[in-house]
Amino acid sequence: MDAAAQAAFAAALLDPEADPPPGLAAPGHADVRRRFAVYRNNVVVSLIDALEARFPVCAALLGPEFFRATARAFLAERPPRSRILFHWGDELPRFLATFEPVARFPWLPDLAALEAARSLAFHAADAEPLAPEALARVSVDRLPAVRLELHPSVVLLRSRFAVVSLWAAHQHVAPAEVEAELAGLDLARGEDALVWRAGEEVWVRAAPPGVHPFLEALGAGGTLGEAADRALEAAPVFDLPAALALLLGHGLAVRLHVDGAPR
Amino acid sequence: MAHAAALPARAGIGLKLAQARAILAEPPDLGFLEVHAENLMGAGGPPHAWATALRARYPLSLHGVALSLGADAPLDTEHLERLAELCRRYEPAMFSEHLAWSSHGPFYLNDLLPVAYDQPTLERVAAHVDQVQSRLGRRILLENPATYLRCQSSCLDEVEFLAELARRTGCGLLLDVNNVWVSATNHGFDPFLYLARFPLERVEEVHLAGAAPDRDGDGSPLLIDAHDRPVAAPVWHLFAFVVARTGALPTLIEWDNDVPPLARLVAEAAHAEAVLREVARPLPEAA
Repeated sequence: MDAAAQAAFAAALLDPEADPPPGLAAPGHADVRRRFAVYRNNVVVSLIDALEARFPVCAALLGPEFFRATARAFLAERPPRSRILFHWGDELPRFLATFEPVARFPWLPDLAALEAARSLAFHAADAEPLAPEALARVSVDRLPAVRLELHPSVVLLRSRFAVVSLWAAHQHVAPAEVEAELAGLDLARGEDALVWRAGEEVWVRAAPPGVHPFLEALGAGGTLGEAADRALEAAPVFDLPAALALLLGHGLAVRLHVDGAPR
Repeated sequence: MAHAAALPARAGIGLKLAQARAILAEPPDLGFLEVHAENLMGAGGPPHAWATALRARYPLSLHGVALSLGADAPLDTEHLERLAELCRRYEPAMFSEHLAWSSHGPFYLNDLLPVAYDQPTLERVAAHVDQVQSRLGRRILLENPATYLRCQSSCLDEVEFLAELARRTGCGLLLDVNNVWVSATNHGFDPFLYLARFPLERVEEVHLAGAAPDRDGDGSPLLIDAHDRPVAAPVWHLFAFVVARTGALPTLIEWDNDVPPLARLVAEAAHAEAVLREVARPLPEAA
């Protein structure tokens, strides 16, 4: 098969209605259509399975049939562009935001973004976390000038919906426990999600008020002083010591610089 | 890291990352582990930590699934660079890829699609294998595919095609015995005759796997290369036929879907080793 034949083959794989391209043969008793369907099925089912594995809570909430139909539509519109399969679905959250059949689940794109972030955090670069006491060695007057570098796995997400609680409810194994937690859930209460990897584990937490802008400012290279200002502007109840305890106690920071000090 | 030795002529299993912790906790007696290169293409995280720890304990074979050697397009050099980096980092005892294409234009199709066994394809795939071997600085193994259709433009048969590719590029061959059984069933040829003509002297590794039985439109048997069950009896017979001629070879149990507990995989590998011991033993010397 030359490039044109491969193009026709690839197009027919991704179009469930298409006839097999010309130039293919099967033994006398067999039907080329049936045989081509094996390839199409391999491609479609493996890619939908991969999305179901990467977005298990989205799949649980939509139900397998609806999720798989949605995944099928996503595949038709945006086939994978990466040969690295754990990136397959990076674009699913954006697709869901425009896919009319799921419009009645406005929280779905953010939930998908959270699940996508988990696998990105899992594969993110390694970096040794800063020791929890590292900040204690900095003199108090220099603290505002400290810059903290975040772990490469850290992902910050904002949502108008309680997607962290929604996701967490589905971590229970027993369906009754999932139901019980969902029953008490106010979806319209927005949550900031914080996703990161510590050791071999990926963590998902709802960030307390102000922590999202705080980490965003640090991530952009701002000083502790600047980041705390940003956090307090966004949320007057921002609790700086608690935010630092979260940052240093859970391995979210990997390097510390103090402006004007030798490194 | 220790210098990469050749794969031992024993049985190994395909590494599922979900089982890495179990293997590290209680390392089973296996000849080697084989890992899909694409599963190690993240920047960091547990996959690399596990692979590094496992590499210290087992010989490692790296198996690529996404290089798309059969595509009528230039190789994806970014992907080739990622493979080169993995080979540098892990010094695997072996690197293997497939006689297939799996990408078109910017799209990755995630399946091993059939190539035509004709002259232009032979030249193209040979050039791609040359490019890979030259970039990786090592011989690679090329695996025979499981197919459901053939291309009308094919003028060589699969054995001739693979033999000629190996002759031109110097690459070795990875003989997937299950693929032979699947293709033989699907195209109606005799798998023993196929193996009798196969350039077995080029084979440096064997794959064994389970295939899913299905039906053609007219009800005749069709086999799907599903890697979702134990190795079937006919494949064990074909395997014995091969190793009786080649002697013991590194032999991999591939079980990628509906993956059973580790102990079941290890038992399947032990069965393969029993065949290697019984069938592939050297002929007794004359008294």
